[in-house]
Amino acid sequence: MLANTLKDKHSCFHCGEPCITDVVVNEKHFCCTGCSQVFLLLNENNLCTYYDLDKTPGLTAKGKFVSERFAYLDDVSVIDKLVSFRSDEQVNILFRLPQMHCASCIYLLENLHKINEAVIKSQVHFEKKELFVSYNPSGNSLRKLVELLAFIGYEPAISLEDDAAITKNKFNKGRVIELGVAGFCFSNIMMLSFPEYFSGGDIEPGLKQTFTWVIFALSLPVIFFSARSIFISAWKGLRQGIVNIDAPIALASIITFGRSYYEIISGTGAGYLDSGAGIIFFMLIGRWFQSKTYDALSFDRQYKSYFPLGVTVLKNSKEENIPVTKLKVGDTIVVRNEEMIPADAVLLEGKANIDYSFVTGEHKPVEKKLNDVLFAGGKQMGGRIQLLVQKEPSQSYITQLWNNDIFTSETNSLKHSKESFIHPWSRYFTIVLFSIAAITGIYWSINTPEKTWYAVTAVLIVACPCSLLLSSTFSFGSMQRIFGKNKLYLKNASVIESLAAIKQIVFDKTGTLTQRLAFKPGFVGTPLNAEEEMQVYGATTHSSHILSKAISNSLLVNEKAATSYFKEFSGLGIDAVVNNTDIKIGSSVFLGQSESNENTMATSRVHVQINNQYKGYYEIPGNYRKGLHAMAHQLCHNGYGLHLLSGDNNAEEANMRSIFGKEATILFNQSPEQKLNYIKNCKESSGKVLMIGDGLNDAGALMQANCGIAVSDDAGRFSPACDAIIDGSMIPELPKLLAYAKWGKKIVLAGFILSILYNFVGLSFAVQGKLSPLVAAILMPLSSISIVSLAGLLSGIVARRIGLSTKTDESHVFI
Amino acid sequence: MSALFILIGISMVLAGSFLIAFIWSVIKGQYDDDYTPSVRMLFDDKKESSTTKTN
Repeated sequence: MLANTLKDKHSCFHCGEPCITDVVVNEKHFCCTGCSQVFLLLNENNLCTYYDLDKTPGLTAKGKFVSERFAYLDDVSVIDKLVSFRSDEQVNILFRLPQMHCASCIYLLENLHKINEAVIKSQVHFEKKELFVSYNPSGNSLRKLVELLAFIGYEPAISLEDDAAITKNKFNKGRVIELGVAGFCFSNIMMLSFPEYFSGGDIEPGLKQTFTWVIFALSLPVIFFSARSIFISAWKGLRQGIVNIDAPIALASIITFGRSYYEIISGTGAGYLDSGAGIIFFMLIGRWFQSKTYDALSFDRQYKSYFPLGVTVLKNSKEENIPVTKLKVGDTIVVRNEEMIPADAVLLEGKANIDYSFVTGEHKPVEKKLNDVLFAGGKQMGGRIQLLVQKEPSQSYITQLWNNDIFTSETNSLKHSKESFIHPWSRYFTIVLFSIAAITGIYWSINTPEKTWYAVTAVLIVACPCSLLLSSTFSFGSMQRIFGKNKLYLKNASVIESLAAIKQIVFDKTGTLTQRLAFKPGFVGTPLNAEEEMQVYGATTHSSHILSKAISNSLLVNEKAATSYFKEFSGLGIDAVVNNTDIKIGSSVFLGQSESNENTMATSRVHVQINNQYKGYYEIPGNYRKGLHAMAHQLCHNGYGLHLLSGDNNAEEANMRSIFGKEATILFNQSPEQKLNYIKNCKESSGKVLMIGDGLNDAGALMQANCGIAVSDDAGRFSPACDAIIDGSMIPELPKLLAYAKWGKKIVLAGFILSILYNFVGLSFAVQGKLSPLVAAILMPLSSISIVSLAGLLSGIVARRIGLSTKTDESHVFI
Repeated sequence: MSALFILIGISMVLAGSFLIAFIWSVIKGQYDDDYTPSVRMLFDDKKESSTTKTN
């Protein structure tokens, strides 16, 4: 029924959403005046190619636009902090635009100069979702530029924190160069070694000398430039008394290169420089492969990223915009409709109706009286209010959560490394290796003492633990990519091991099991005209019921509706008089219609009656995600313990119980601290915990859990600090994703076994003192390559068997 | 066989210059963004004047 009504309507030319309120401009249909205005702006500037590149590429214009929001961008200290270069003729600035999603976006953003003449150049970096703009400050201000971007739908994510992105980038460049140098030197050393191997010793002495010395020279950059990160990490570990994974590799490299240099300088042999360079090259490839980062996502958000950056302060009865960092105790601030309260404050003037959904998860505005304390993080719904600041933003109630020591970076970085199962393995490996080397040494020192040193070093060279390490880096690296293709973006590869060890799964309700971007209500019945829509708006706007909110938000009414009488009947509906017209909105029982079983989890119906005449009903699609039943059942079947922590009240308890079954723990009215403590206790009593949530109220729980996954319906949007970010649509696939993580261990083990087989072959040569450079040169790259391909192959096969996609979803490229 | 000495020298210089070119391109940021340029080249600049006020 709903589908039929929507089919009749046009979809917006700009953003593609169904046009509830049809705005027609130039014979094109728009869902709201906002969208049509963006279209007119683009049309005026000949930028309509925007609509040719991709179908309905636009972002829904929000309709209402509060320009004071960006007033803080006029502050010179703010400008200085944001721009990368500033002179009288030119200002350069880099914006993050998480909304960027298609080729049309690139086209529009790179043609900003056609809309605003002061823009000199604008360039997009799509994968990082960044826009570089240089503009002429005499014809434009930063504020105007940001307002323009916000108007066309790309509001920049502005942070006054120092950005770590630039340093990260430089670091990656250094890695690529190290890898390039190692690859260059390795391949040339290999090539120059061939003549000696294949001539069988029958080679001109002068030529042999030259080859050897060229190899010698080529090996220097490998050990001193490319391999330095391995040595630095091993050294740092040793200084703290830890033998980390790099230590045996560093030792093996030192022995390989040391012995080779000794042989070359003393003229006794050609050494093993080709294998040595090979080890380092493959190690670096492994690391580069695993270092896949999702530039567009941020895993380490602080509460500051959520808070408003600018605030309006009342000084000597004059409004002034200052950056929030300059806010002091005792300042009087002005907060308007839909604005967030930046610091704990007392209400001085105005009618406060505060929505704390951001903090608690509960979507119900709370009315506050004069002199009540309002906490930071709440959003004002309604008119303008004046507040007296009680605490600085950094000392506020909500930010106290971050003072918990789980947020200190040290504990956080240790969170995964301790749990890895590779580290104990490498320790056993090292012990076994040294015992073999010692036995070989003792044996040869008794029989042929001059061969001792040769055999011992050969053992250490050939049995390099790097193939063990390669197995895990490549397996986890390619698994991380496959997870990414299935829209679960991991912070790093070690999260896979945490996911595999999970026993308990804790869900948040709002935003996690429900969709934030619910569909718009559709009207079924006699179509309402503009006047009637305004009356409905006038009635619903006064109610804080979630269905009333959904209806009033979908109606874009510019004129004021005069509501002279309003009464809400709990659980039934609203009776109101708007513009002298009697209006009744609510359930069928409330309106005296025949009762039908109409409110299911899938849809809710809200009936409308104007002047005692029945008009029809709004059908509001339920905002629960699809496939939750199956997911919970499957997880339960797989032996996971399920928990639900919601900041909301228990109105939805029956629904939740039907999804999660009898055994699950379901708790309502949970504060952020309660959530955090629940996870803490759960970890102690029932094993490793996975937390899935969104929003600031889950931030503590996400950090406290062994693994925290933040849910986002739009991967570019804000999400709290976490270990992984999942696209909301993939929540039902959770059982598959967890099963895949469990397979990770087996894939790595397969690689381990293969590398141990190679080691047997190599060691059998080495202990006999027969390891020739040729055997080492064949065996070592061969083992590395076969382990790498095995890891890649297995992770792909397993993903397909489980039913995960191994191809990138082209229609929605995040990365 | 002495020709080999010259050839080795030439090959090292050639390969070395490629390595330098590679390092230069990495530092200059040519590998920073491997998606946007592929889209950017498809944009048609010619349309600008001809489509004025046809919509």
